[in-house]
Amino acid sequence: MKILVCIKQVPESNKVEVDPVTGVIKRDGAASKMNPYDLYALETAFRIREQLGGSVHVISMGPPQAKEVIREAYAMGADSGTLVSDRAFGGADVLATSYTLSQGIKAAGDFDLILCGKQTTDGDTAQVGSEIAECLHIPSVANVVELREVTDKTITVAMDLPDEVEIARVTLPCLLAVDKDIFMPRLPSYVRKCASANREIRILSLKDMDDQNPDHYGLNGSPTQVQRIFPPDVSHDQETWNEPADILADRLSEKLAELRFI
Amino acid sequence: MAKLVLHPEKIDDPQVLVDLCPFGAMQLVDGHLEINAACKMCRLCVRKGPQGAVEYVEDKPKPSVNKDEWKGILVYVDHVDGNIHPVTWELIGKAREMSQVTHQPVYALFAGSDIEDKAHEVLHYGVDEVFVYDKPELARFEIEPYTGVFEDLIHTIKPSSILIGATTVGRQLAPRVAARMKTGLTADCTILEMEENTDLSQIRPAFGGNIMAHIKTPNNRPQMATVRYKIMNAPERQNTESGKITVCDIDPEKLISHVEVLELVEKPKEDLIENAEVLIAAGRALKKPEDMEMVAHLARLLGGQVACTRPLVEAGLFDATKQIGLSGRTVRPKLIITIGISGAVQFTAGMDHSDTIIAINNDPDAPIFKTANYCLVGDMYDIVPALIDRIEQRKAAHHA
Repeated sequence: MKILVCIKQVPESNKVEVDPVTGVIKRDGAASKMNPYDLYALETAFRIREQLGGSVHVISMGPPQAKEVIREAYAMGADSGTLVSDRAFGGADVLATSYTLSQGIKAAGDFDLILCGKQTTDGDTAQVGSEIAECLHIPSVANVVELREVTDKTITVAMDLPDEVEIARVTLPCLLAVDKDIFMPRLPSYVRKCASANREIRILSLKDMDDQNPDHYGLNGSPTQVQRIFPPDVSHDQETWNEPADILADRLSEKLAELRFI
Repeated sequence: MAKLVLHPEKIDDPQVLVDLCPFGAMQLVDGHLEINAACKMCRLCVRKGPQGAVEYVEDKPKPSVNKDEWKGILVYVDHVDGNIHPVTWELIGKAREMSQVTHQPVYALFAGSDIEDKAHEVLHYGVDEVFVYDKPELARFEIEPYTGVFEDLIHTIKPSSILIGATTVGRQLAPRVAARMKTGLTADCTILEMEENTDLSQIRPAFGGNIMAHIKTPNNRPQMATVRYKIMNAPERQNTESGKITVCDIDPEKLISHVEVLELVEKPKEDLIENAEVLIAAGRALKKPEDMEMVAHLARLLGGQVACTRPLVEAGLFDATKQIGLSGRTVRPKLIITIGISGAVQFTAGMDHSDTIIAINNDPDAPIFKTANYCLVGDMYDIVPALIDRIEQRKAAHHA
């Protein structure tokens, strides 16, 4: 089984603010860790490899420093990795990102199974996995909470729905987006880290893609445009109570009674 | 293609640009400034950098579709076995409101099996036309046939905008349809506004932080957006039906699926925080098991449930189903009391539509106080036990 896992480097913290006067984004530190949801996708890949044999390849898209998360995946047990990186890919929205990754995946090889995490912690859209599957014309299932059976032709999964869990058998090749907690992710190993220190990371740029039309990538290939960014609205009817705890408790219990919660 | 061009002669100190870029895309390589692949083309360097240092060069305007050919707003009817998810009504309500601007129709897409009579329910909420695809192949949500149905209807009616609930189904279906139509999709919009030229203004929290982004899809149609449950207001159900039902046929080729649903397993009924009228939300400041008991005690007294922020789920103190926020659940209770929560947008985006928000935090500058209606500045270990005591006294007095 040839498995591919899509991973992303995300900022360590979500602390981002806009200066209301200058409109400048203030960001605490640059991208620096693997998207935590991707760890579950990697672990899922390792479990399948342990059961059926095969290989686990990782792919990421981002600046050159995103190689770090591929190294991290090597230390966890990934066999090989590709970084899709080119200035021409900058400013990509969901469609352009998914298209770029799908082109990168085609260039990286033929895979039986593609795994993604639920979402990233910096974009929070949970959309890229399904769009990649569409670009590659393969079936996809998201919200996968359990693997029931894996064979070399099909994979049977449990998909989370609001009130039910749906058990579905999917024909390979396919893409699955796995939920947090499908498996407990393993820690990177120092031994594997040392052993993979010199392992190659393949870099793919626009000239390596099957489709080299720059209009399909980056800002040009993005139907959505960010008009502006702004700090969130400050709220409405507001009272600040800054008093000793006893008085606060009195006032709050009175307010709760007035609002008929007591 | 559009690109950024650096003009080194206008840059006295390259470090200024390196520091300015929030994405770390400005890089000094052997003393020369370069823009790397981290660039998100936000053009902040053009606007805020040294005058003329970075130039945005666009060699040709983007081709645009003929917007006059695309009319109306299409809402996806989210359902399992014909049980329609209430986010559908909220989206129909929003679509109706926006259709006042353009005077264009509101449509609904209802795909499933044996659903024709259920489609009448949609007519109680004020859509102009419900398009029904009633086929045995559509009995269960499977990504390929459902995408096929969407594509078929889009080609038939050419809607200008499409609204889809950000449910477990909608979050898979919307991106698949957007990629097939090669159009834009904005996830989890919190504000939607229609412009007279049918451009849809989509506003959502962005970059996972305290920033809102105003997004448009100016050159493509359809424009697609997902919205979470309990963000928009549902219209009143009318006693009489309005609008009409149109049953659609489809090429069986488009219903071929590589996903076979074997069975549907009922989940054990749990107390969903989405359904609670009162929530007590715990944040990172709570660490000890006694803290959790204190919060749970308050929740019991108020007939509510306990919810939490992301760090507490990551710390293993709560199940993920109790998490409020962009990566968790969206809630809209009558009352929410946040305890020891600083209030990143990631969290507040999931609860800021609550009717009454009471925040307890010892930091007077905590961002949660921008969202709260009642801001209690003080130590939770003093306030919460005292509050529990007062409520118990009131209850005792009431029963006496």
